[in-house]
Amino acid sequence: MLNKFPLWKNMMILLVIVFGLTYAAPNFYPPDAAVQLSGQSGAMAIDEVVLKKVEGALAEGNIEYFGGEADGESALVRIKDKDLQLRAKELIQAEMGGEYIVALNLAPTTPDWLSSLGGTPMKLGLDLSGGVHFLLEVDLDSALAVRLEGDLGEIKTALRDERIRYRSLELKGNQIIGQFRDADQIAKAMTIVRTNFRELQPQSAPSQNPLSMVLKLSEVATNTLEDNAIKQNLTSLRNRVNELGVSEPLVSRQGKNRIVVELPGVQDTAEAKRIIGKTANLEFRLESQGKSGDSFEFRTPGGQGPNALLEKKAVITGENVTDARASFDENGRPQVNITLDSSGGWQMGHATRDNIGRRLGVLFIEYKTKLEKSVSDTGEVEITPVPFVEKHIISLATVQAQLGKQFRITGLDGQRESSELALLLRAGALAAPMYIVEERTIGPSLGADNIALGVKSVTVGMAFVLLFMVVIYRAFGLAANVALGMNLLLLVAFMSLLGATLTLPGIAGIVLTVGMAVDANVLIFSRIREERREGASVQGAISAGYDRAFVSILDANITTLIVALILFLIGSGPVQGFAVTLSIGILTSMFTSIVMTRGLVNLVVGGRKIEKLWI
Amino acid sequence: MTQAKIYNFMGLRRYAVVFSALMLVVSSWSLYTQGLVLGLDFSGGTQIEVGYDQPADVGELREKLETAGFDNPVVVHFGSETDVLIRLQGEPDQKLAEQVVEVLQGEDEQIDLRRVDFVGPQIGEELREDGGLGMLTALAIVMLYVAIRFQLKFSVGAVLALAHDVIITLGIFSLARFEFDLTVLAAVLAVVGYSLNDTIVVSDRIRENFRKIRKASPVEVINESLSQTLWRTINTSATTMIVLLALFFIGGELIHNFAIALMIGVGIGTYSSIYVAATVMLALNVDREDLLETVEGELVDDLP
Repeated sequence: MLNKFPLWKNMMILLVIVFGLTYAAPNFYPPDAAVQLSGQSGAMAIDEVVLKKVEGALAEGNIEYFGGEADGESALVRIKDKDLQLRAKELIQAEMGGEYIVALNLAPTTPDWLSSLGGTPMKLGLDLSGGVHFLLEVDLDSALAVRLEGDLGEIKTALRDERIRYRSLELKGNQIIGQFRDADQIAKAMTIVRTNFRELQPQSAPSQNPLSMVLKLSEVATNTLEDNAIKQNLTSLRNRVNELGVSEPLVSRQGKNRIVVELPGVQDTAEAKRIIGKTANLEFRLESQGKSGDSFEFRTPGGQGPNALLEKKAVITGENVTDARASFDENGRPQVNITLDSSGGWQMGHATRDNIGRRLGVLFIEYKTKLEKSVSDTGEVEITPVPFVEKHIISLATVQAQLGKQFRITGLDGQRESSELALLLRAGALAAPMYIVEERTIGPSLGADNIALGVKSVTVGMAFVLLFMVVIYRAFGLAANVALGMNLLLLVAFMSLLGATLTLPGIAGIVLTVGMAVDANVLIFSRIREERREGASVQGAISAGYDRAFVSILDANITTLIVALILFLIGSGPVQGFAVTLSIGILTSMFTSIVMTRGLVNLVVGGRKIEKLWI
Repeated sequence: MTQAKIYNFMGLRRYAVVFSALMLVVSSWSLYTQGLVLGLDFSGGTQIEVGYDQPADVGELREKLETAGFDNPVVVHFGSETDVLIRLQGEPDQKLAEQVVEVLQGEDEQIDLRRVDFVGPQIGEELREDGGLGMLTALAIVMLYVAIRFQLKFSVGAVLALAHDVIITLGIFSLARFEFDLTVLAAVLAVVGYSLNDTIVVSDRIRENFRKIRKASPVEVINESLSQTLWRTINTSATTMIVLLALFFIGGELIHNFAIALMIGVGIGTYSSIYVAATVMLALNVDREDLLETVEGELVDDLP
């Protein structure tokens, strides 16, 4: 029969509506302001005891809280008054001390039955939540230069040892260029380079000069070097970002030499920049022999006692460390291999030559801020940030022989310790300088404003479109309006389910979708009117209208989808948000404006004898 | 019931050609001689948005910044009297933002740092390249799709209509000295999508009518198709314009230019789907034969 859907089609529409309602629902529960607490290292247990302490601090500060929970790794307390969230964070940080990371958070209030179905609210982009976005570029050229500088020094030493004379040997760009006096000397030099410096590849000299040698780092070695430099910077950035107390930070590599850092919800952006830009440092110091010297604690207390006395003067600092890797020795015991640059190697050799048998300590130096609680004259609790330097010993090992450019630390407890030590050594030595190439800071007030504006323009735009459709297409306009509402619901549901991020251009995409989604219905309804004018029966006109318009709708939407896809591929952050909402909107609107309105129309007029269509 | 009125659109096509040619020449000339006012995303530089409690005097702020040693700071109101946008061009340096805030905060005034954007020169350059490349890719892929789905003459018409819309939209941005940033680029690509949507609906009807109406000249077929789709074209443009007006007036300063670009684009796109694509097809001597030989098999699908 014309214009009747089979039962399964009606059931499917119903099912889609239920799906849309379910997964869009989490967005309608406003999140609670909350403070989240976790440990600096994964080993710290954040349990009920810790939670009690946190709640105690809040109670003392007269801040109302509820719903405290702790799962061993982190604890979360919800704050009743959103305005007191920052204060609560400060109070907790002051109470718990620097070993804990305290972060502002927005705790979702999705009911359990919804979250058990996988329902979560949409993620907000930085332009809506406020926060900082940094794009850092790692200066790989200077990492390469440091490495070649080191090789150059070693080649010079090797040539000197073998009594090979050279006219000049220097670094030019990314090449080491040497000039020799005669063929015999250069041949000997080449042999040394070929056997001892396999990663350096001889190139043909530019002027075909038989007495000049041009060396370049092999492609494989260059790639490894660059990869390590990025990884090392990533590691140290992550460590630093953790300290900022951000609930969901993002630190990831982008492209060949860039790193993206996104810190949603950060209030103090200057602080964020300072911490990201700062360097942890290392110092290698010999253990003090007498009573004089500085006493330092161990970072992780072990068998060597709580602290040790080190000499006041450092042998070398982190700047001289070019690499540190955890590995195993011949007997399968964990060790850390350290590589120094040439001047570091020379200094280390000089310092350890006469001190075999003494112990050498490695100090890890961090620049931190802590919050201090004090009571002012008026009796109010004041919290002030105080910068301080923290120095801990991360390794204290006996010098077995004279050390050079490469040496190793053994006698470690396990693989965990060796990899942690390697990580700290690397974090202290920044592989390559980084600089910020893009920064976007959105203040929390602007983010909130953006949400409000977005919601308002969606509402107003939609209201007018709804009105327009009813005026022009009357009863059919109503069907289209129901579909439009469902389209919005489905769009929100899919975005939440896919974990897509909502941005301001994304909201603009939603608004545009609202305007364009009715296009399919306009096409169909115009067609129905036309069919009626040409004398088709009511039922025939509806059926033909839907069928004939379908091809146009499909073609038009596929091409728009192609454009949205390209937009996604070339765009960055916010523009991608626009592309995502536009694409999802096109797909959902195809369903709502074709299948759903048809279902409604069929339900009302299908199979009945009607003479006049209210269209 | 009577037949819908058929308008003689194509009778005016000579005027349309003159109009489009004029618009294209003026747009290209403007784009060539003065280019676009590139926003921070593409030009690189530093931009700071601050909010004051009371209406701020931009002239005074500019002086204050100049005395503090900043070269040619651009200080303008942004959206409201209390919001100020400061832009520093030239050698971009990411420390600038902090210094500016320090200068402004010197007078123990309540200011709210709303936004800081710093874009290094290399990023801007990459975005410019990617944006242009994306636009060309979009046009090429669309041309291919239309050629496969319809016919080469339709495809040429559609792509020329798109290029027409993009060039004129960009041209108006260049003439009016509106700022061109990433959101505007997104809008221009959305215009490509929208205008294409329009052109395809019209082309679809032209194809259908070429097959259905046997004794009519191509001009008559096209006129009839355009007349039949006229209300759909107008109504869809109207709903899209409604939401764009909502975005323009309510959406806030950040997507202001986005809305403007789309409004221009939707306007031009509506015109071009009526005149440009069809005129190009006629110029290429589009005929029934073009459709019958290539898509014979599809005739069956289109039957109700």
